[in-house]
Amino acid sequence: MTVIVAEGLRKEFTVRVKAGRLRRTRRTVRAVDGIDLTIERGEMLGYLGPNGAGKSTTLKMLTGVLAPSAGKVRVCGFDPVPQRTRLARRIGVVFGNRSQLWWDLPLAESFALLRYVYRVPEAEHAARLRECRGRLDLDEFLATPVRQLSLGQRMRGELTAALLHAPEVLFLDEPTIGLDIVSKRAVRAYLTEVGQRGDTTVVLTTHDLADIERLCRRLVVIDRGRVVHDGSLDSLHARYGSRRRVVVDFDEPPASLVDLAGVTVESSSPDGLRVTYSLDGTVTAGDLVARLATGTALRDLAVVEPDIEEVVARLYADSDSQVSWVGSAPTEGPGA
Amino acid sequence: MVSTLAVYRRLVGAQARSQASYRVSFTLDLLGNIVWLGADLLGITVFFRITPSLGGFGFADVLVMLGLSASAFALADLAVGNIEKLRVYVRTGLLDSVLIKPLGVLPQLLALDFGLRRLGRAGYALVILVAALWYADIAWTPEKAALVVVTPLAGAAFFSAIFVAGATVAFWWIESGELANALTYGGRDFTSYPITVYSGWFRRLFAYALGFAFVAYYPALAVLDEPDPLGLPAATAWAGPVVAALAAAVAAALWRFGVRRYRSTGS
Amino acid sequence: MGFVTATAPPTHFRKLQAQIHLFTAIAAAGFRRYATYRQATVAAAFTNTIFGFLKAFVLLAVVGGAAGALGTAAGYSGPQLATFVWVGQGLLGVVGYWGWTDLADRIRTGEVVSDLLRPVHPVASYLATDLGRAGFGVFTRFVPPVLVGALAFDLYRPVHWSTYPLFALSVLIAVLLSFGCRYLVNATAFWLLDARGMILAWAIASTVLTGLVFPIRFLPDPVAIALWLGTPFPSMFQTPLDVLLERDPPLPRLGTLAVQLAWAAGVLGLCRVVQRRAEHRLVIQGG
Repeated sequence: MTVIVAEGLRKEFTVRVKAGRLRRTRRTVRAVDGIDLTIERGEMLGYLGPNGAGKSTTLKMLTGVLAPSAGKVRVCGFDPVPQRTRLARRIGVVFGNRSQLWWDLPLAESFALLRYVYRVPEAEHAARLRECRGRLDLDEFLATPVRQLSLGQRMRGELTAALLHAPEVLFLDEPTIGLDIVSKRAVRAYLTEVGQRGDTTVVLTTHDLADIERLCRRLVVIDRGRVVHDGSLDSLHARYGSRRRVVVDFDEPPASLVDLAGVTVESSSPDGLRVTYSLDGTVTAGDLVARLATGTALRDLAVVEPDIEEVVARLYADSDSQVSWVGSAPTEGPGA
Repeated sequence: MVSTLAVYRRLVGAQARSQASYRVSFTLDLLGNIVWLGADLLGITVFFRITPSLGGFGFADVLVMLGLSASAFALADLAVGNIEKLRVYVRTGLLDSVLIKPLGVLPQLLALDFGLRRLGRAGYALVILVAALWYADIAWTPEKAALVVVTPLAGAAFFSAIFVAGATVAFWWIESGELANALTYGGRDFTSYPITVYSGWFRRLFAYALGFAFVAYYPALAVLDEPDPLGLPAATAWAGPVVAALAAAVAAALWRFGVRRYRSTGS
Repeated sequence: MGFVTATAPPTHFRKLQAQIHLFTAIAAAGFRRYATYRQATVAAAFTNTIFGFLKAFVLLAVVGGAAGALGTAAGYSGPQLATFVWVGQGLLGVVGYWGWTDLADRIRTGEVVSDLLRPVHPVASYLATDLGRAGFGVFTRFVPPVLVGALAFDLYRPVHWSTYPLFALSVLIAVLLSFGCRYLVNATAFWLLDARGMILAWAIASTVLTGLVFPIRFLPDPVAIALWLGTPFPSMFQTPLDVLLERDPPLPRLGTLAVQLAWAAGVLGLCRVVQRRAEHRLVIQGG
């Protein structure tokens, strides 16, 4: 069942720019330039893009905070801007850099107040709160005023607040930004759990590629307001020809080069004892190791997964050079 | 509507419970508010040391006007005072968090920080009003009693409308929050004195066009049994609620307009 | 003020020149910074103008109701009181009484530590910035209300030519004095966790006791004199205005200037002492 539909979504801003000492001219900035998106119930989608790509703007348009300049959008069957309050009941939003909790009151009070705001029956509210308290370790700071919480504690509180009314869609805008590693883990673990249950759709915008790797099966990359990739993480790697690497330490420099289709030597250390092989996907690491083991004695080896940062950087660089293409996103990678 | 009230009730309770963590600043705020009001009273007392009449009215008369004006303002501040923070909410993006929730924007903003400490100021203003009425030695009638109750309430509604209308400036010119002060705090100063003190286009603008004369001056005239030197009939004393309703309509329109603009241009 | 230089001490004259240069640079930066607050400045000037009207009318009514034959109230004529109000509103943006919490904010966030790392005495640095702010205010916050007031009301024209420079001098001293007081109020944040109470108390005192609500001379003489000599408040507002209005004969007028100067020197000296204590505390106890 389709939960979110966006067609030709567009958002333009007029910006005043200084032109010379006293004058100011206007310029139109297209923050979002024609985005089409279809999200099914239960999906966990990562929305990735460099700064200023239009991630937050898109999120705001999906949640009814910002009105689109053009295009159609439906979330849970509602048009977000005119039907804001009705939609608000069905979604939960976590903003990374602004809070929906009551700043001066203890965390527990915010939860209690939200029960009235969202009209959640007491028993359900209590049950969900209990679960979140357990999974996110809230008990130690439940009575602390929100303004005194650390960022990690606050984010766990925000996540709870967004889920207490069992939303159909959970939007998260840079939720792990600035968090310490323990909190990041807790948030990711809980999000994974929520996602696995299948009844909540999760849309996550982020800069943090680790979030993507751990949480999202589907990935939408936008740059300059346009979608440049929409698919799984694997398809991203495939498109950009990302290669897995196997780093092998030998006892003595290998006598002969490995002659296996799909394997190339990427580099080797000056003494020849450490060789990095790059695999193109047609051959597994196992095959390579098996072939190597028949020859020289192996001391040690490591398998290195393709670096998503590298892939994404290349993706951005590509879209830079192809920004003059109108409409469709490029379907072929460089040199393919 | 029901859930909004429930949120309010709960919020006030929560704030009262959390007073302990704030006791010092709560007390200071309370004292501060009281002293501010005392400053107005002090000013008038000092003026009457120098002159026996202000705009043709004596100390007791002006005191009644101050009492009515201060009560109206303090009640309005209590109800919607938090809206002054709108410009902070817009700047920090907190308004987005408000738009996410299934409640009206204005009720939520007011419920974000209920002015419990402004309760002190309202109480003090009412004390001044009562004292002023007693000091003025009024010939009471049921009609006057009703007027004295209706006037601060209508005035509060009026000032509330001014507060909200003034706050909407933040949707257009984010750094111009002070502009609203000219109308809100300026309006309060204006209504503390008889409008005969002012003259020319300024009086016409503030007293009649903007409607400030109906907050305290005309009701006070009726209560004090004074005729209006400016010649308007006694019935204008009851114009307060009508003026307040008009102001509220204007403020509501400005507010809706402002929120719509925020949602089309972002922050 | 002691400036810290990183290199070996140069000749005395060069050092002074460098200090002045630095001070001016910081003041210029302060001017530019406040120049960016365009909307806020316009809004404040507008508010000052509205309050100018409100207060002027009230004070004129006081004169109107007072001893009719003399046409004065507490020794002020109608035009003098009107000038008192309008120039007073203009001074609000120059001398600056409220809304300055730079130091308290920096103390709260801990950034104040970086003040100690700079080769400038913190008080001098903040003072220079404030003078830049005041300079900006002269053009944008002083001129508009005075202009509007002159157009709408009958203002008092000083008789002696010497009044103008004296007025300017008095305003300058008022700025220094006001800065010192604001600095001290903010500096309480070094010791109290929450300076808001002090800041509120300051706002109230600086409104009521300076002459903003009513001219100090409206009070009974003993009270007025006690306030004038015993507190810095009238010196910040009432004194420059009385100088402009030529309220007193020349000798007492200079006397009020002397009182003003004494307070300014005293308060600024106190700032240095407080700053040293605060730095001591910061360094020993940590941020």
